[in-house]
Amino acid sequence: MNTQSSEDFLKAILEAKENRDWNAIAGLIPYFSYLGVEIRETEDELICSIPRNKRFTGNPTLPAIHGGVVGAFMESTALVHLLITQEITQLPKIITFTIDYLRSAKVDACFAEAIITKPGRRVANMRVRAWQKDRSKPIATANANFLVS
Amino acid sequence: MSNAFDITQIQNIIDVGIPHCSDIGVKVESLNDDAVVMRLPYDTRFVGNPVSGVLHGGIVTTLIDTTSGMCIYAKLQKYLPIATLDLRIDYLKSAEPGRDVLARATCYKLTRQIAFVRAVAYHDTADDPIANSVSTFMLHSTPTKSLDKVSKEMREKS
Repeated sequence: MNTQSSEDFLKAILEAKENRDWNAIAGLIPYFSYLGVEIRETEDELICSIPRNKRFTGNPTLPAIHGGVVGAFMESTALVHLLITQEITQLPKIITFTIDYLRSAKVDACFAEAIITKPGRRVANMRVRAWQKDRSKPIATANANFLVS
Repeated sequence: MSNAFDITQIQNIIDVGIPHCSDIGVKVESLNDDAVVMRLPYDTRFVGNPVSGVLHGGIVTTLIDTTSGMCIYAKLQKYLPIATLDLRIDYLKSAEPGRDVLARATCYKLTRQIAFVRAVAYHDTADDPIANSVSTFMLHSTPTKSLDKVSKEMREKS
Protein backbone atom coordinates (compact mmCIF):
# COMPACT_ATOMS: atom_id res chain seq x y z
CA MET A 1 0.00 0.00 0.00
CA ASN A 2 1.06 3.59 -0.44
CA THR A 3 1.94 4.94 2.94
CA GLN A 4 1.68 8.66 3.50
CA SER A 5 4.18 10.82 5.32
CA SER A 6 3.70 11.50 8.98
CA GLU A 7 3.40 15.24 8.24
CA ASP A 8 0.66 14.72 5.65
CA PHE A 9 -1.26 12.43 8.00
CA LEU A 10 -1.12 14.91 10.88
CA LYS A 11 -2.07 17.72 8.54
CA ALA A 12 -5.12 15.76 7.36
CA ILE A 13 -6.16 15.12 10.97
CA LEU A 14 -5.75 18.77 11.94
CA GLU A 15 -7.69 19.85 8.85
CA ALA A 16 -10.54 17.46 9.68
CA LYS A 17 -10.58 18.80 13.23
CA GLU A 18 -10.70 22.37 12.01
CA ASN A 19 -13.68 21.57 9.77
CA ARG A 20 -15.22 19.34 12.45
CA ASP A 21 -15.40 16.75 9.68
CA TRP A 22 -15.05 13.72 11.91
CA ASN A 23 -15.82 11.17 9.25
CA ALA A 24 -12.80 12.40 7.30
CA ILE A 25 -10.73 11.11 10.24
CA ALA A 26 -12.36 7.70 9.93
CA GLY A 27 -11.54 7.77 6.21
CA LEU A 28 -7.83 8.24 6.89
CA ILE A 29 -7.42 4.82 8.51
CA PRO A 30 -7.98 1.80 6.23
CA TYR A 31 -9.21 -0.50 9.01
CA PHE A 32 -11.83 2.09 10.06
CA SER A 33 -13.07 2.06 6.46
CA TYR A 34 -13.20 -1.75 6.52
CA LEU A 35 -15.34 -1.65 9.69
CA GLY A 36 -17.37 1.26 8.31
CA VAL A 37 -16.77 3.41 11.40
CA GLU A 38 -18.92 6.53 11.48
CA ILE A 39 -18.54 9.33 13.98
CA ARG A 40 -21.45 11.43 15.18
CA GLU A 41 -21.13 14.48 17.36
CA THR A 42 -24.02 15.58 19.52
CA GLU A 43 -24.07 18.49 21.96
CA ASP A 44 -21.92 16.88 24.57
CA GLU A 45 -20.68 13.57 23.23
CA LEU A 46 -19.03 11.69 20.41
CA ILE A 47 -20.59 8.41 19.39
CA CYS A 48 -19.00 5.97 16.96
CA SER A 49 -20.95 3.34 15.09
CA ILE A 50 -20.43 0.46 12.70
CA PRO A 51 -23.25 -0.68 10.42
CA ARG A 52 -24.95 -4.05 10.24
CA ASN A 53 -22.67 -6.22 8.09
CA LYS A 54 -22.96 -9.95 7.57
CA ARG A 55 -19.21 -10.35 7.11
CA PHE A 56 -18.76 -9.47 10.83
CA THR A 57 -20.65 -12.63 11.84
CA GLY A 58 -18.71 -14.81 14.25
CA ASN A 59 -21.52 -17.17 15.18
CA PRO A 60 -24.14 -17.83 12.50
CA THR A 61 -26.53 -19.82 14.74
CA LEU A 62 -27.20 -17.14 17.35
CA PRO A 63 -26.41 -15.18 15.12
CA ALA A 64 -23.79 -12.92 16.69
CA ILE A 65 -20.99 -10.57 15.67
CA HIS A 66 -17.44 -11.89 16.15
CA GLY A 67 -16.05 -10.77 19.53
CA GLY A 68 -12.93 -9.58 17.75
CA VAL A 69 -14.96 -7.09 15.70
CA VAL A 70 -16.60 -5.72 18.85
CA GLY A 71 -13.15 -5.37 20.46
CA ALA A 72 -11.63 -3.77 17.37
CA PHE A 73 -14.54 -1.35 17.08
CA MET A 74 -14.16 -0.33 20.75
CA GLU A 75 -10.42 0.17 20.36
CA SER A 76 -11.15 2.29 17.30
CA THR A 77 -13.69 4.33 19.26
CA ALA A 78 -11.08 5.05 21.94
CA LEU A 79 -8.55 6.15 19.31
CA VAL A 80 -11.09 8.37 17.52
CA HIS A 81 -11.95 10.03 20.83
CA LEU A 82 -8.27 10.73 21.51
CA LEU A 83 -7.64 12.10 18.02
CA ILE A 84 -10.61 14.43 18.24
CA THR A 85 -10.39 15.67 21.82
CA GLN A 86 -6.63 15.83 22.45
CA GLU A 87 -3.75 17.78 20.98
CA ILE A 88 -2.07 15.17 18.83
CA THR A 89 1.54 15.27 17.66
CA GLN A 90 1.61 11.65 16.51
CA LEU A 91 -0.77 8.72 16.14
CA PRO A 92 -1.35 7.36 19.70
CA LYS A 93 -0.14 3.78 20.22
CA ILE A 94 -2.26 1.19 21.99
CA ILE A 95 -0.43 -0.44 24.93
CA THR A 96 -3.07 -2.49 26.74
CA PHE A 97 -6.65 -3.30 25.88
CA THR A 98 -9.01 -5.22 28.17
CA ILE A 99 -12.54 -6.08 27.16
CA ASP A 100 -15.42 -7.57 29.14
CA TYR A 101 -18.11 -9.17 27.01
CA LEU A 102 -21.51 -8.68 28.66
CA ARG A 103 -23.99 -9.88 26.06
CA SER A 104 -23.73 -11.48 22.65
CA ALA A 105 -23.84 -8.81 19.95
CA LYS A 106 -26.52 -9.30 17.33
CA VAL A 107 -25.57 -8.95 13.66
CA ASP A 108 -26.75 -5.36 13.64
CA ALA A 109 -25.36 -1.83 14.03
CA CYS A 110 -23.15 -1.21 17.09
CA PHE A 111 -22.53 2.03 18.92
CA ALA A 112 -19.78 3.03 21.33
CA GLU A 113 -18.62 5.95 23.42
CA ALA A 114 -15.27 6.52 25.07
CA ILE A 115 -14.20 8.62 28.00
CA ILE A 116 -10.71 9.58 29.05
CA THR A 117 -10.32 8.49 32.66
CA LYS A 118 -6.90 10.10 32.90
CA PRO A 119 -5.33 12.19 30.15
CA GLY A 120 -1.71 11.70 31.22
CA ARG A 121 1.24 13.44 29.60
CA ARG A 122 2.59 10.14 28.31
CA VAL A 123 -0.30 7.71 28.75
CA ALA A 124 -4.03 8.22 28.33
CA ASN A 125 -6.27 5.82 30.25
CA MET A 126 -9.67 5.29 28.66
CA ARG A 127 -12.95 3.48 29.19
CA VAL A 128 -15.21 2.42 26.36
CA ARG A 129 -18.80 1.22 26.39
CA ALA A 130 -20.61 -0.41 23.47
CA TRP A 131 -24.29 -1.10 22.89
CA GLN A 132 -26.78 -1.90 20.14
CA LYS A 133 -30.46 -0.93 20.01
CA ASP A 134 -30.82 -0.29 23.73
CA ARG A 135 -28.19 2.00 25.20
CA SER A 136 -29.00 0.85 28.73
CA LYS A 137 -27.95 -2.69 27.81
CA PRO A 138 -24.22 -2.58 27.04
CA ILE A 139 -22.81 -5.49 25.00
CA ALA A 140 -19.26 -4.87 26.21
CA THR A 141 -17.09 -2.52 28.24
CA ALA A 142 -13.38 -2.01 27.75
CA ASN A 143 -10.36 -0.35 29.26
CA ALA A 144 -7.47 0.96 27.20
CA ASN A 145 -4.10 2.58 27.74
CA PHE A 146 -2.58 4.56 24.88
CA LEU A 147 0.92 5.95 24.63
CA VAL A 148 0.39 9.51 23.48
CA SER A 149 3.89 10.96 23.32
CA MET B 1 -13.99 -41.55 9.08
CA SER B 2 -11.37 -38.85 9.31
CA ASN B 3 -10.50 -37.18 12.57
CA ALA B 4 -12.62 -34.07 13.28
CA PHE B 5 -9.47 -32.33 14.35
CA ASP B 6 -7.63 -32.70 11.10
CA ILE B 7 -6.43 -29.24 9.88
CA THR B 8 -8.27 -29.36 6.55
CA GLN B 9 -11.50 -30.19 8.29
CA ILE B 10 -11.13 -27.49 10.95
CA GLN B 11 -10.27 -24.96 8.20
CA ASN B 12 -13.47 -25.93 6.41
CA ILE B 13 -15.46 -25.50 9.58
CA ILE B 14 -13.96 -22.02 10.10
CA ASP B 15 -14.46 -20.93 6.49
CA VAL B 16 -18.12 -21.88 6.50
CA GLY B 17 -19.09 -21.55 10.17
CA ILE B 18 -17.30 -18.30 11.08
CA PRO B 19 -18.02 -15.85 8.23
CA HIS B 20 -15.86 -13.08 9.68
CA CYS B 21 -12.82 -15.36 9.86
CA SER B 22 -13.30 -16.43 6.29
CA ASP B 23 -13.58 -12.76 5.28
CA ILE B 24 -10.30 -11.78 6.92
CA GLY B 25 -8.65 -14.96 5.65
CA VAL B 26 -7.36 -16.64 8.84
CA LYS B 27 -5.74 -20.01 8.35
CA VAL B 28 -5.03 -22.82 10.80
CA GLU B 29 -1.28 -23.52 10.84
CA SER B 30 -1.11 -26.30 13.38
CA LEU B 31 -3.16 -27.77 16.16
CA ASN B 32 -2.91 -30.31 18.93
CA ASP B 33 -4.44 -30.57 22.39
CA ASP B 34 -1.62 -28.41 23.74
CA ALA B 35 -1.81 -25.38 21.42
CA VAL B 36 -3.36 -24.00 18.26
CA VAL B 37 -1.49 -21.74 15.83
CA MET B 38 -3.37 -19.60 13.31
CA ARG B 39 -2.16 -17.19 10.63
CA LEU B 40 -3.59 -13.84 9.54
CA PRO B 41 -2.28 -12.94 6.06
CA TYR B 42 -1.20 -9.30 5.78
CA ASP B 43 -3.91 -7.25 4.10
CA THR B 44 -3.93 -3.50 3.47
CA ARG B 45 -7.64 -3.43 4.44
CA PHE B 46 -6.57 -3.91 8.07
CA VAL B 47 -3.96 -1.15 8.29
CA GLY B 48 -4.33 1.03 11.39
CA ASN B 49 -1.43 3.37 10.77
CA PRO B 50 -1.42 4.78 7.23
CA VAL B 51 2.02 6.30 7.83
CA SER B 52 3.81 3.02 8.60
CA GLY B 53 1.39 0.51 7.04
CA VAL B 54 1.20 -1.35 10.38
CA LEU B 55 -1.94 -3.40 11.07
CA HIS B 56 -4.59 -2.06 13.46
CA GLY B 57 -4.52 -3.62 16.94
CA GLY B 58 -8.15 -4.59 16.49
CA ILE B 59 -7.47 -7.14 13.77
CA VAL B 60 -4.82 -8.71 16.02
CA THR B 61 -7.53 -8.87 18.72
CA THR B 62 -9.75 -10.80 16.30
CA LEU B 63 -6.95 -13.24 15.42
CA ILE B 64 -6.14 -13.80 19.11
CA ASP B 65 -9.81 -14.18 20.10
CA THR B 66 -10.36 -16.75 17.32
CA THR B 67 -7.20 -18.73 18.08
CA SER B 68 -7.98 -18.67 21.82
CA GLY B 69 -11.45 -20.10 21.24
CA MET B 70 -10.11 -22.69 18.83
CA CYS B 71 -7.58 -24.03 21.37
CA ILE B 72 -10.48 -24.86 23.70
CA TYR B 73 -12.14 -26.92 20.96
CA ALA B 74 -8.82 -28.65 20.29
CA LYS B 75 -8.27 -29.41 23.96
CA LEU B 76 -11.79 -30.80 24.46
CA GLN B 77 -11.87 -32.39 20.99
CA LYS B 78 -15.38 -30.99 20.77
CA TYR B 79 -16.99 -27.91 19.17
CA LEU B 80 -19.20 -26.89 22.07
CA PRO B 81 -20.75 -23.38 22.12
CA ILE B 82 -18.34 -20.99 23.86
CA ALA B 83 -18.34 -17.23 24.45
CA THR B 84 -15.48 -14.90 25.34
CA LEU B 85 -16.01 -13.52 28.82
CA ASP B 86 -13.01 -11.24 28.96
CA LEU B 87 -9.85 -10.71 27.01
CA ARG B 88 -6.79 -8.65 27.80
CA ILE B 89 -4.13 -7.84 25.25
CA ASP B 90 -0.76 -6.22 25.87
CA TYR B 91 0.75 -4.81 22.71
CA LEU B 92 4.47 -5.41 23.15
CA LYS B 93 5.76 -4.06 19.85
CA SER B 94 4.40 -3.03 16.47
CA ALA B 95 3.71 -5.66 13.86
CA GLU B 96 5.93 -5.20 10.80
CA PRO B 97 4.14 -3.88 7.71
CA GLY B 98 3.66 -6.39 4.90
CA ARG B 99 4.10 -9.47 7.09
CA ASP B 100 1.59 -12.13 8.18
CA VAL B 101 0.80 -12.35 11.89
CA LEU B 102 0.58 -15.69 13.68
CA ALA B 103 -1.12 -16.40 17.00
CA ARG B 104 -0.47 -19.33 19.31
CA ALA B 105 -3.02 -20.08 22.04
CA THR B 106 -3.01 -22.54 24.93
CA CYS B 107 -5.87 -23.42 27.23
CA TYR B 108 -4.03 -23.82 30.54
CA LYS B 109 -7.02 -24.49 32.80
CA LEU B 110 -10.47 -25.89 32.25
CA THR B 111 -13.26 -26.00 34.78
CA ARG B 112 -16.81 -27.24 34.27
CA GLN B 113 -17.96 -23.81 33.10
CA ILE B 114 -14.88 -21.72 32.34
CA ALA B 115 -11.77 -22.05 30.16
CA PHE B 116 -8.64 -19.99 30.86
CA VAL B 117 -6.44 -19.23 27.87
CA ARG B 118 -3.06 -17.65 27.17
CA ALA B 119 -2.03 -16.49 23.71
CA VAL B 120 0.74 -14.65 21.90
CA ALA B 121 0.86 -13.03 18.48
CA TYR B 122 4.17 -12.98 16.55
CA HIS B 123 5.86 -13.00 13.15
CA ASP B 124 8.72 -15.51 13.37
CA THR B 125 8.64 -17.17 16.76
CA ALA B 126 6.38 -17.15 19.81
CA ASP B 127 9.49 -16.21 21.83
CA ASP B 128 9.51 -12.79 20.17
CA PRO B 129 5.88 -11.71 20.56
CA ILE B 130 4.05 -8.70 19.12
CA ALA B 131 1.22 -9.11 21.64
CA ASN B 132 0.46 -11.16 24.73
CA SER B 133 -3.04 -12.06 25.82
CA VAL B 134 -4.99 -13.77 28.58
CA SER B 135 -8.67 -14.53 28.25
CA THR B 136 -11.52 -16.46 29.80
CA PHE B 137 -14.37 -18.21 28.01
CA MET B 138 -17.75 -19.48 29.15
CA LEU B 139 -18.31 -23.09 28.11
CA HIS B 140 -21.76 -24.21 26.89
CA SER B 141 -22.59 -20.51 26.59
CA THR B 142 -25.80 -21.11 24.65
CA PRO B 143 -28.06 -24.08 24.03
CA THR B 144 -27.33 -23.72 20.30
CA LYS B 145 -25.76 -26.27 17.97
CA SER B 146 -22.03 -26.88 17.92
CA LEU B 147 -19.81 -25.22 15.31
CA ASP B 148 -19.14 -28.38 13.30
CA LYS B 149 -22.90 -29.06 12.95
CA VAL B 150 -23.54 -25.45 11.94
CA SER B 151 -20.81 -25.56 9.29
CA LYS B 152 -22.11 -28.84 7.95
CA GLU B 153 -25.64 -27.48 7.62
CA MET B 154 -24.43 -24.26 6.02
CA ARG B 155 -22.34 -26.20 3.50
CA GLU B 156 -25.31 -28.38 2.62
CA LYS B 157 -27.49 -25.29 2.18
CA SER B 158 -25.06 -23.49 -0.13
